[in-house]
Amino acid sequence: MTAGEPREGGLPGERELRELAAKQAALGEIRGTPAADPVNAPMIRHWLDAMGDENPVYLDEGLAPPAMAQVWTMPGVRRRAGDPSPVDDVLAALDAGGYTGVVATNCRQTYHRYARVGERLTPATRFTSLAGPKRTALGEGYFATWDVTWYAETGEAVAEMMFRVLKFRPPRNQEQPQTVEPYPLRPAVSPDTAFFWEGVRRGELRVQSCGDCGELRHPPGPMCPRCRSGNRSYAVASGEGVVHSYVVHHHPPVPGLRPPFAVALVELPEGVRIVGGVVDCPPGDVTVGMPVRVTFRRMDDELTLPLWKPKERR
Amino acid sequence: MSGGLSGRAAIAGIGATEFSKESGRSELRLAAEAVLAALDDAGLSPADVDGLVTFTQDANQEIAVAREIGAGDLSFFSRVEYGGGAACGTVAHAAMAVATGMARTVVCYRAFNERSGRRFGRPDAGLGGQPTSQGLEMSWHVPYGLATPAAWVAMFARRYLHVHGASSEDFGRVAVAMRRHAATNPAAWFHGRPITLEEHQASRWIAEPLRLLDCCQESDGAVALVVTSAERARDLRRSPALITAAAQGSAAGQMMMTSYYRDDLTGLPEMGVVGRRLWEASGLSPGDVQTAILYDHFTPFVLVQLEELGFCGRGEAPDLVRDGGIELGGRLPVNPHGGQLGEAYIHGMNGIAEAVRQIRGTSANQVGGVANVLVTAGTGVPTSGLVLSAG
Repeated sequence: MTAGEPREGGLPGERELRELAAKQAALGEIRGTPAADPVNAPMIRHWLDAMGDENPVYLDEGLAPPAMAQVWTMPGVRRRAGDPSPVDDVLAALDAGGYTGVVATNCRQTYHRYARVGERLTPATRFTSLAGPKRTALGEGYFATWDVTWYAETGEAVAEMMFRVLKFRPPRNQEQPQTVEPYPLRPAVSPDTAFFWEGVRRGELRVQSCGDCGELRHPPGPMCPRCRSGNRSYAVASGEGVVHSYVVHHHPPVPGLRPPFAVALVELPEGVRIVGGVVDCPPGDVTVGMPVRVTFRRMDDELTLPLWKPKERR
Repeated sequence: MSGGLSGRAAIAGIGATEFSKESGRSELRLAAEAVLAALDDAGLSPADVDGLVTFTQDANQEIAVAREIGAGDLSFFSRVEYGGGAACGTVAHAAMAVATGMARTVVCYRAFNERSGRRFGRPDAGLGGQPTSQGLEMSWHVPYGLATPAAWVAMFARRYLHVHGASSEDFGRVAVAMRRHAATNPAAWFHGRPITLEEHQASRWIAEPLRLLDCCQESDGAVALVVTSAERARDLRRSPALITAAAQGSAAGQMMMTSYYRDDLTGLPEMGVVGRRLWEASGLSPGDVQTAILYDHFTPFVLVQLEELGFCGRGEAPDLVRDGGIELGGRLPVNPHGGQLGEAYIHGMNGIAEAVRQIRGTSANQVGGVANVLVTAGTGVPTSGLVLSAG
């Protein structure tokens, strides 16, 4: 098999897509099927109502709002077969090539005159360009662009539209973007520790404080070990800290994490220590004495963990 | 009080299965085999057993072991908590039972397929799952991936290196010494397989600053120890190892493996509690023991124990282990059997058996003129210790 030949039973490649796009563009403007209904007052009335447009000129003068241009020739839910368009083959080839995602990126309309009640419009489509493949945030894809012009029975152009879509290949890991794998390393929570995890969900690093003597304590517990009060409160820590010690874990594998990763024992200026993972920093760069700042990371739909990143240098 | 216990009980028999990576039989069978071997060593029969003690973590209940060995009535049974920290504690409980008349012949045992069954070195995502006090403790650590014993110890080890200016090679010298001892102990898994410091330094990271060769083995096997009164032990088949002192210890701010919230991370204050009580109860000092069995699941804590027990000053253990200080023929031979790094990981119980052999004078790597042996249990957890003496 040589490049450029259609691949046997295969998917269209870059070259095939380019050739198809060139062929479709060369077809020029293809006239479509005339609108099912002429421009009419009931549809204009519904449109104005939906848009909240109170300008009386349209119904008073029998003129269609220019932005309705597409409305008159929309194919409807059950599209009629045999509606010719030079765009469809290109979009079908992109689908076949795995570029199944679609998002409209540009739409520019030009109005030549008002369409009048009673006129039956006919669309004509010209495929203009296919650009790609390009890397985008959504995935690799092609930008397909076409122009549509609406003509009155007189042959006058009433309105024009340039329309562009991105047809992209959805990345595999985003095929089910709504489902987050549950993070397997979950903390147990008791009535004595719930305030901490509630704080983490709200982006606060809470340190238990004694309601009587004010002693700060982490990890928290039901009593104040200093004055034996069961009267508990909490302070919100500044979020700053210094690495007191740390571990770089290599082996064995830990579910939910990719080794090597660093875990630090962080000393807070408030006077307590807390353990947390170090992120936004190669594990090998962590040192004892390194200034860090807390960052709250969502691990899954339910769990947020307070992690630590290097403090920005001023 | 330990002082009141001193010299009243003795270890009269020791028994063990082979140490392997796959025993091929049930943990209960291993327990029964070791208990029977220990009774045979003492010259006693299962009918003599009226007490059994094991670890809380052991999967074999006392009554199950009693059934398997064909024992009759039990008047004492007890479990000791906190992982490997329980080891010497089982003997302490047995000695108390014997000294107080609760029982006459108590067997302490530990049996597991820790290599072919559930491996302690593997992370257990469920560790933090339950809101028990231990589950809640774990919940401040496990969610961040701090989920293995090596990683928990590494946090202390890094701080030790930082504060004392020590290096990975200082840890490595402990591993080299243990493997050197194991190399000449036929019962050791690493019999005939010593390592060099270069091999230690070339071994892969497990949890920095711990390398593979800083971590003890995982083993299948069982060990049992027969405890009875000193007076009776003198009339039995083997020379008794007198229990001169026995102690358990935990310290302020204690947690399981993660006591990171104390002011100083370079010590093991719970081992300090045990050490002070052992020296006080025995009337001995570090210079009076000829060999020490120090729990060696990870090399850094051997250094810390040497300091915590008074064999050297704070931060001086790297100097002590340099030039063979803890090897046979050194200033303080540590773990002549090769420890858990070299012989087997039977949660510290195999170390107590070695201490008995050293007292008897029957070890494969016998130290000369042994009168007293110090033995410790699991580090980083609430722990325990013994001083055993000839007599």
